[in-house]
Amino acid sequence: AFFWLVSLLLSSLIWFIAVKASDPRDEPLQRGLLIFGVVFSVLLQEVFRFLYYNLLRKAIEGLVALSEDGCSPISIQQMAYVAGVGFGLMSGAFSMINLLADALGPGTVGIHGDSQLYFLTSAFMTMVLIFLHTFWGILFFHGCEHRRWWEIAAVVVMHLAVSGSTFCNPLYVGSLVPSYLLMAIAAVWAYLLSGGSAQNVWRFLLCKS
Amino acid sequence: MTELSAHLPQFQHGQLTENFPDNHLSNTNDNSERRRHESSERGRNDNTDSETNGQPQTNIQQVVEQDEDDEELTLKYGAKHVIMLFVPVTLCMIVVVATIKSVSFYTRKDGQLIYTPFTEETETVGQRALNSILNAAIMISVIIVMTILLVVLYKYRCYKVIHGWLIISSLLLLFFFSFIYLGEVFKTYNVAMDYITVALIIWNFGVVGMICIHWKGPLRLQQAYLIMISALMALVFIKYLPEWTAWLILAVISVYDMIAVLCPKGPLRMLVETAQERNETLFPALIYSSTMIWLVNMAEEDPEAQRKASKNSTYDKQAPANQTQNEDPEADDGGFSQEWQQQRDNRIGHIESTPESRAAVQALPSNFQTSEDPEERGVKLGLGDFIFYSVLVGKASATASGDWNTTLACFVAILIGLCLTLLLLAIFKKALPALPISITFGLVFYFATDNLVQPFMDQLAFHQFYI
Repeated sequence: AFFWLVSLLLSSLIWFIAVKASDPRDEPLQRGLLIFGVVFSVLLQEVFRFLYYNLLRKAIEGLVALSEDGCSPISIQQMAYVAGVGFGLMSGAFSMINLLADALGPGTVGIHGDSQLYFLTSAFMTMVLIFLHTFWGILFFHGCEHRRWWEIAAVVVMHLAVSGSTFCNPLYVGSLVPSYLLMAIAAVWAYLLSGGSAQNVWRFLLCKS
Repeated sequence: MTELSAHLPQFQHGQLTENFPDNHLSNTNDNSERRRHESSERGRNDNTDSETNGQPQTNIQQVVEQDEDDEELTLKYGAKHVIMLFVPVTLCMIVVVATIKSVSFYTRKDGQLIYTPFTEETETVGQRALNSILNAAIMISVIIVMTILLVVLYKYRCYKVIHGWLIISSLLLLFFFSFIYLGEVFKTYNVAMDYITVALIIWNFGVVGMICIHWKGPLRLQQAYLIMISALMALVFIKYLPEWTAWLILAVISVYDMIAVLCPKGPLRMLVETAQERNETLFPALIYSSTMIWLVNMAEEDPEAQRKASKNSTYDKQAPANQTQNEDPEADDGGFSQEWQQQRDNRIGHIESTPESRAAVQALPSNFQTSEDPEERGVKLGLGDFIFYSVLVGKASATASGDWNTTLACFVAILIGLCLTLLLLAIFKKALPALPISITFGLVFYFATDNLVQPFMDQLAFHQFYI
């Protein structure tokens, strides 16, 4: 969570500088700058995920060196999951919490002609992002562990795609549907990477031991 | 309201001054305790084992084992202790933020303390900056003077004075401030209440608090009371300190904390060293303790040993609430996990709490100072840390334009700072101040989030872009 926060800080610093340096009345320019800010932020988040991976790697080495039986009390997969959840929660919290606070107050959604589904779609989008961050955490760390750069690239591309799809909001079909599809793909992929298989699922559903 | 501000300075004079140095004290106090427990295990095992432990031949083994075990243990405990501190710090912050958001009394400007006489409602920015610097300087010098006074009192063994001081300040907090707090909460929610009920509630709250904090009581209750009084104190600060002064004070106090603890001639360090020389613990009423003593548990069976133990500080008495440590190693209330049991076995030799060993312990001379070692293995954090963390988060939630984003960012920053501090403590094994890292992170994140992130997030939310 802290790492995500720092990445957000840096990316908003860049955006802020860009905005201050530009003309505030030029609408398309501002929108363009915002898009640039978003892309930059996505890239920075992934960079910080990588940095976090390095930090955790060192921590695991330390733990292994000091433990009694030569293996660390927490595995890299668990750390990947936790890292993903941390990123996701922080990103979700930052996206939603002001909305929620405002939702407690009086008001009408979309009274000025905007979409009336604003809160709903925000909630769904946030949820899908939190899930996606979790899965990306697992995928990313797995890619780093096994030196499969295409996995890491896939994560970055997916993140860019999801963020990019939100550019067509309020045309929610264009953003929510692809995001959920990508989430399903990422979920299956992460599940398979974590050692799951169709057999496990089948056995779980049939309540076999 | 006006009589409140008029009264408060006098009370504050008595109470702030009492608490401040104590808070600082406990910042380092607990650090010293932590350090002490690490080093005292070596020192005491070497020096005092022969007479108190009853197993002199294991001395040398223990010293050797300790060096290897220490590293491992500190890391193993590290995570557990970090979590044990996260919970109370989080709770305190939640209470403060919840109050700030709902009860408008604490965000209303009703005057200032006498410690910050310069107003911030000035015409020019320069004047305002100057005033806030002067305010912060006055406050910090008050703190320094009071700390030095406390150190002097402690050095010359004026324990009665110190205890009286502490009792008066906790009386004030528990009765007067909670009365005000309760009154304001009732006003906010428009609850009809009569004086008799309020008197009853406050009386019970206060008396139980005094007993828990200064004498015996269940550990959880004591922890809850300490959290509550920290939150009350933080709320008072948030209300009565003007904007810039508050931020300046936070910054300067973390610098002071660092100086006072790390410099050889710092007052807090001298205090800590004096306490170490005398083999005493410091002011249990001002330290949040997350674990309980273990050996008193063993001695629990015998009322005679109990009486001997009753001379010691209050948190020793939490042990009765946590029985069956040996029978049920899974009972994790005091943080005595399975690892701790193993480690205890490593350190002291394989001791089971059999009746024979209990008898042996009771037969020992009543030097129960060593029995505090396992207790100090737990984590302690000074109440001053709680207060200043909560002040930072509370101010963030009260005055930030980014509102919840800023609050959340400061919260995460403080917790990460706390993590780092504990990590450094495990690495360096010496007294460390708990304020600087967290407050620095918190301040950086507050100003950064408020000015940089908030416009960005606003724009993103407006267009419904997601990053």
